[in-house]
Amino acid sequence: MRIGRKMLHRWAVVMMFASTLLLMGVAGDPTGQRFDRLGHDLMCQCGCGQVLLECNHVGCSTSEEMRKELKLSMERGDKDDVVLAGFVAKYGPTVLSAPTTTGFNRVAWIMPVVIFIAALTAVVLVVRAWKNRGPKDPPDNSAGPGEMDEFRRRAREETTL
Amino acid sequence: MPQIGSFTLLLGLALSVYAFAAGLYAIVRNDDRLSETARRAGIAIFLAVTAASAVLVYCAFQNDFSVAYILHHSNRALPAPYKFAALWSGQEGSLLFWCWLLAAYGLVLRLRHKVDTRLVAHASVVISAVQIFFLALVNFAAHPFALVAGTIPADGNGLNPLLQYPEMVIHPPMLYLGYVGMTVPFCFALAALIMRYPGEKWIHITRRWTMVGWLFLTCGIFLGSYWAYRVLGWGGWWGWDPVENASLLPWLTGTAFLHSVMMQEKRGMMKVWNMWLIFSTFLLAIFGTFLTRSGVVSSVHAFAESDIGPYFVVFLALTFAVCAFFFVRNRSHLESEHKLESLVSRESSFLFNNVLLLVAAFAVLWGTLFPVLSEWVTGHKVTVGPPFFNKVNIPIALFLLLLTAVGPLLAWRKTSTESLRKNFMVPALISLTVGALLVAFGMKPWVEISYFYALMTIMLSVLVAATIGSEFIRGGQVIARHNQSNVFHGMWLLTRRNTRRYGGYIVHLGVIVTMIGFAGVAFYQNTEQELGFGDKMSIGPYTLVCRSYTQDDKPNYSSEWAILDIYKNGKQITTMYPEQRFYKASQQPATMVANRSTIMEDLYLVYTGKNPENGRPIIKAHLNPLVWWIWAGAHLILVGTIIALVPNMQSKRKKPGPRERARALVDVESRAPVEAGND
Repeated sequence: MRIGRKMLHRWAVVMMFASTLLLMGVAGDPTGQRFDRLGHDLMCQCGCGQVLLECNHVGCSTSEEMRKELKLSMERGDKDDVVLAGFVAKYGPTVLSAPTTTGFNRVAWIMPVVIFIAALTAVVLVVRAWKNRGPKDPPDNSAGPGEMDEFRRRAREETTL
Repeated sequence: MPQIGSFTLLLGLALSVYAFAAGLYAIVRNDDRLSETARRAGIAIFLAVTAASAVLVYCAFQNDFSVAYILHHSNRALPAPYKFAALWSGQEGSLLFWCWLLAAYGLVLRLRHKVDTRLVAHASVVISAVQIFFLALVNFAAHPFALVAGTIPADGNGLNPLLQYPEMVIHPPMLYLGYVGMTVPFCFALAALIMRYPGEKWIHITRRWTMVGWLFLTCGIFLGSYWAYRVLGWGGWWGWDPVENASLLPWLTGTAFLHSVMMQEKRGMMKVWNMWLIFSTFLLAIFGTFLTRSGVVSSVHAFAESDIGPYFVVFLALTFAVCAFFFVRNRSHLESEHKLESLVSRESSFLFNNVLLLVAAFAVLWGTLFPVLSEWVTGHKVTVGPPFFNKVNIPIALFLLLLTAVGPLLAWRKTSTESLRKNFMVPALISLTVGALLVAFGMKPWVEISYFYALMTIMLSVLVAATIGSEFIRGGQVIARHNQSNVFHGMWLLTRRNTRRYGGYIVHLGVIVTMIGFAGVAFYQNTEQELGFGDKMSIGPYTLVCRSYTQDDKPNYSSEWAILDIYKNGKQITTMYPEQRFYKASQQPATMVANRSTIMEDLYLVYTGKNPENGRPIIKAHLNPLVWWIWAGAHLILVGTIIALVPNMQSKRKKPGPRERARALVDVESRAPVEAGND
């Protein structure tokens, strides 16, 4: 019976994990959202330091020009990586709003995950080690009925709200 | 006047050197009288730096453009509040303002020396060392009273238009109060480590100071966010800019400390961890200042590039070395009194919470510095912008929300699975029901990852609210039964009797309300259109009809704005006036956003200028869902922290009889010599 419950829990965890992956995997990308997504993958080059579609520079001609380039590239039927590569070729790697997943840039993405997993693992291991090294059960020195009444009285006195 | 300012700054530096040297010598020699002179010198630093700050403000109001700082950050037509704000609008002035705040904190610390005379004497020496650094900086590296060479111009260059907003008058002081406030707990922690302070009293003193610093830092961050939202005109409130990140770093470690310190108080655990959390919080506050002022990373908020960066690097290295030296020397003093006994316990939840907060701090720091690292390793600079920070930090924030829900249900030492299940069942069911309802009403987490995160955020927030609500109701019912009153009165008394715990819960409620506001970003919409007279544009349920455009001219700026009638479902609900200004002194344009905020969404309009080809005005409209919740959450956090700072109400006791009164008198007399000097 106990094994059955354990199995059920494991099955539930696996199902949750799988459904999460499914939810993330089936994420669609309607055409209307593609411009918005790619526009957020690029930085405006006017010097404002903001994402292309969020440049608030009054009268910024750079962002206007870049948006036109993005629309043109999309209308040509370029794939996402080709669109972005075109911008990198023209403006340099700083035009991308996040590091790529190639070369040294991979380190940017890997490190937080590594630290996250390492930290959680360390906590679990430390707690387990401490738990295993914990003191043995104290000797049985349970209080008699008279003492228990006194303890109850004191507890009541100290915890009265 | 500038000469008086320069003199008082030098005087402040001399006094801080004396407070440090005499204080240190007095500790070594155990000389109480010398220690008292050091304390008084510390108090006098406040007077000297206050005089210097007053002189700078006076120069701004007198339009004294012989002072280079006033020339570059003020002008004759600048309104009075902004002239006052000029004190912290530039590099030199803001460093002087930093010195003044540090002197004010130092004043309070030294005036309250009776809390523990020896501990405060040690802390006072540490704070004097920090004061020496900042006062040396304003005296020799970034002098606010430097004079203009040659002819003095008739008018100043004016204040940056982006800073000419009421929020900007209050945001920097709040943020600086937070940054500088973290110095005091650091001083107490280092002092306690140096003198191997017995017991946990220093923790009690430090915790309150940390909460005050944390409160100001939180207010500063939210005000900065509000300013970015209302002023910058890009429709968002957080851009993961290096300067924004710099304020988040000490906030994250400070938050971790406020949680883990409870383990030290209750169970004598995590002493080393807490010590380093305080050290890290202070070091990160200084590091943030270094980032903002050195030009190491580019930022829209940063001060102009300057050569003061190396001074900060040296100060950071020295501070770290001193902390590490005393830690290695006195680490035996920080041994834990208990060990963790179970993974399912309050202690473990604090530990996991701390780890997650520190991982978040690491991710923010890593992303902020990666462009520098990348350039150093590969020779190419890369951009690390919002997509990186969102992808890395949102999952961490969701884990933190889960812990916030579970933590209050766990008991100290060990919690049985049965009890956890019993307490967790109802909140979990409520959360799942809300999730199912949201999906039923059209939220589709499978369409986009941002929808999935939004759904998870709302569900976890509901879970937290339900667990906190159940804690309040359970406790309130017990008191109500005891006092024969209603449950609301019971909850009120419960909060009054344990302000720290229930104030903390209110802070958690504020955090989840804010998180729900953040979740709204997934459903953001925007559109841009040229609008002539009578033209219409639509966004969400709103239709905007252009009634007219108009202009105005004021001494400080000229402006142009649109008059737009707003319709919702065919009915006119209001008229909005997005504006564009042109500041004359600085020759810079700026936008004045028109915003209509409701509990469900903000209609946010920006007048972005005219099309150069046809002269037609362009209006950008943003529909930002749930933004109101962010500011409401900030207010709840503020209220909760203030409640947590208030001392507990003592429960009423029976009126003592003559025998008890006599015993109490004897007790007081016998304790008097021991408590002399304590407050």
